Amino acid sequence: MAKRIDVKDLDIYYGKFKAVEGVTMTVEPRSVTAFIGPSGCGKSTVLRTLNRMHEVIPGGHVDGKVLLDDQDLYAPNMDPVAVRRMIGMVFQRPNPFPTMSIRDNVAAGLKLNGMKNKKQLDEVVEKSLKGANLWNEVKDRLDKPGAGLSGGQQQRLCIARAIAVSPQVLLMDEPCSALDPISTLAIEDLIHELKDKYTVVIVTHNMQQAARVADNTAFFNLAATGKPGKLVEMNTTQKMFNNPDEKATEDYISGRFG
Amino acid sequence: MSSSITGVSAADTAPHGEDPKSALEGDRASTGRLGDRLFGGAATGAGLTVIALVVLIGVFLLSQAIPSLMKNEVNFLTSREWVPSGDHPRFGIALMAWTTVISSILAMLIAVPLGVGVALFITQYAPPWLSRPAATIIDLLAAVPSIVYGLWGLQIAGRYFNPVGNFVTDHLGWLPLFKAGGTPQNTIAFISLVLAIMILPIVTALSREVFAQTPGPHKEGALALGATKWEMIRTAVLPFGKPGVISAAMLALGRALGETVAVMILLSALAPGSPWSWSIFNGGETFASKIASAAAEFDSPQKTGAYIAAGLVLFILTFIVNAIARIVIERRKAFSE
Ligand SMILES: Nc1ncnc2c1ncn2[C@@H]1O[C@H](COP(=O)(O)OP(=O)(O)OP(=O)(O)O)[C@@H](O)[C@H]1O
Ligand SMILES: [Mg+2]
Repeated sequence: MAKRIDVKDLDIYYGKFKAVEGVTMTVEPRSVTAFIGPSGCGKSTVLRTLNRMHEVIPGGHVDGKVLLDDQDLYAPNMDPVAVRRMIGMVFQRPNPFPTMSIRDNVAAGLKLNGMKNKKQLDEVVEKSLKGANLWNEVKDRLDKPGAGLSGGQQQRLCIARAIAVSPQVLLMDEPCSALDPISTLAIEDLIHELKDKYTVVIVTHNMQQAARVADNTAFFNLAATGKPGKLVEMNTTQKMFNNPDEKATEDYISGRFG
Repeated sequence: MSSSITGVSAADTAPHGEDPKSALEGDRASTGRLGDRLFGGAATGAGLTVIALVVLIGVFLLSQAIPSLMKNEVNFLTSREWVPSGDHPRFGIALMAWTTVISSILAMLIAVPLGVGVALFITQYAPPWLSRPAATIIDLLAAVPSIVYGLWGLQIAGRYFNPVGNFVTDHLGWLPLFKAGGTPQNTIAFISLVLAIMILPIVTALSREVFAQTPGPHKEGALALGATKWEMIRTAVLPFGKPGVISAAMLALGRALGETVAVMILLSALAPGSPWSWSIFNGGETFASKIASAAAEFDSPQKTGAYIAAGLVLFILTFIVNAIARIVIERRKAFSE
């Protein structure tokens, strides 16, 4: 199920503004990769190009290649809808569909894929909620609105929704930034478990979090304000936190700037 | 809802089963200040005045209508006769009710899907250079007075509708609903169409507003699951906009039910004693048009009371429509905040 992502020489634009330049990196399957870097350096932007969500923004376009196990995601005949079905995404702010029940939220993606069988749907809903460590908390109120959950529960609901369609890759943009420490730990545990099945990419501002969950870490930075962001260094988390190749990485991680 | 924005909600801290609203009770603490008290008092006063006014109007209308109704010699609700004056008044609203309801429902059936479609196009599909002017034009159209639509129907659109109407009655006339009767441009079918055009901008303008407010995160949530544009609209935009569309439809229905001038100048009244017909290619009078065309000749309290009674029915009809809309919206509320 899990697949590798190869990014080759990627430039990312918002209209005429080049937000990120020359990113080349490999995201290993069945591993957690963290994106770190100062605010505005383009972490979210890069993440969103991995499942072609970037182009949803008017004027958003890219130059370069993103390969999912040798399949070019930006090939002319590649349907962005198909890409997003393979590569799921969890956003910084939990965004369950407010008009849907908990069950329907999790089943939303499956229904889009045409799954109609009630029993089959219920099975996947249960499996996904268990996978997101939310089942025990919500199993008695599956028909209640998803928006009635706490923030941390909502975020896990969004994770359940994303993994219900069995994506190859799961992208998470600061999934814990709106959550309390306990919910954060719950989600970090979950990320650990997800790694067995999925390729996970997570954006985080929290160095400890990166150190705790990520196998590999990519550090992005801005050369100067107004200049495009760049990938400075990508290595195993171990190496990034102990003896990074770049001085800038060391400075950022040790809190000397950014 | 605030919890999805901040990630924290009152529900997080409130113990299970307790009303989360109680955490917000502190808001009331500020009402001790003079400004708050003044404003609070003024608002309460204004609210009470409005309620009192409505009650007074209702009492007045009832006091006028009841004596006439007492003298009525036929069933007010089911009779098709309308002879409100004289010693033996016989009047019923069956015909008016049918004409009013069927023309408004037809207008809704045309205007709501069309309006929602146009609103979706403007907010979701059209490029910005097109959507902004289109939205402005629709908002302007919503403010056009109904007499303009009436005149337009009378002078221009009617001519083009006649052949269409004749075609329908020729080919589908065997259905009671489409039985021929009178010049098409003076029939219920045509006023339904004019009413639809009249309420279309209202439905469109209000729907556009709610669709445009669909939170980006909901739309992105759907797209990130691999929804196509239309699927995204179905999972995020339409559910979010539904209460708004319902209120828009009800507002529009209210306007269609109460529309007076355009109906009066377009629809030809039936001769007294004409047989009952289910056809929409038939003339008739709505509550509003009948009352308006007779208003100049209210010569006796008996007659006036009969018309007021008819007006009250229209009022109740609109009230029920609004109540149903409220119930629908309330029922979905838990899911739409
Ligand atoms: N919708 C947009 N339109 C135009 N420019 C944008 C848009 N979103 C982001 N940008 C720009 O792209 C650059 C990178 O932004 P991005 O959101 O990717 O940063 P980030 O690293 O995720 O920051 P943060 O840590 O604060 O989330 C910034 O200069 C930002 O101003
Ligand atoms: Mg970001």
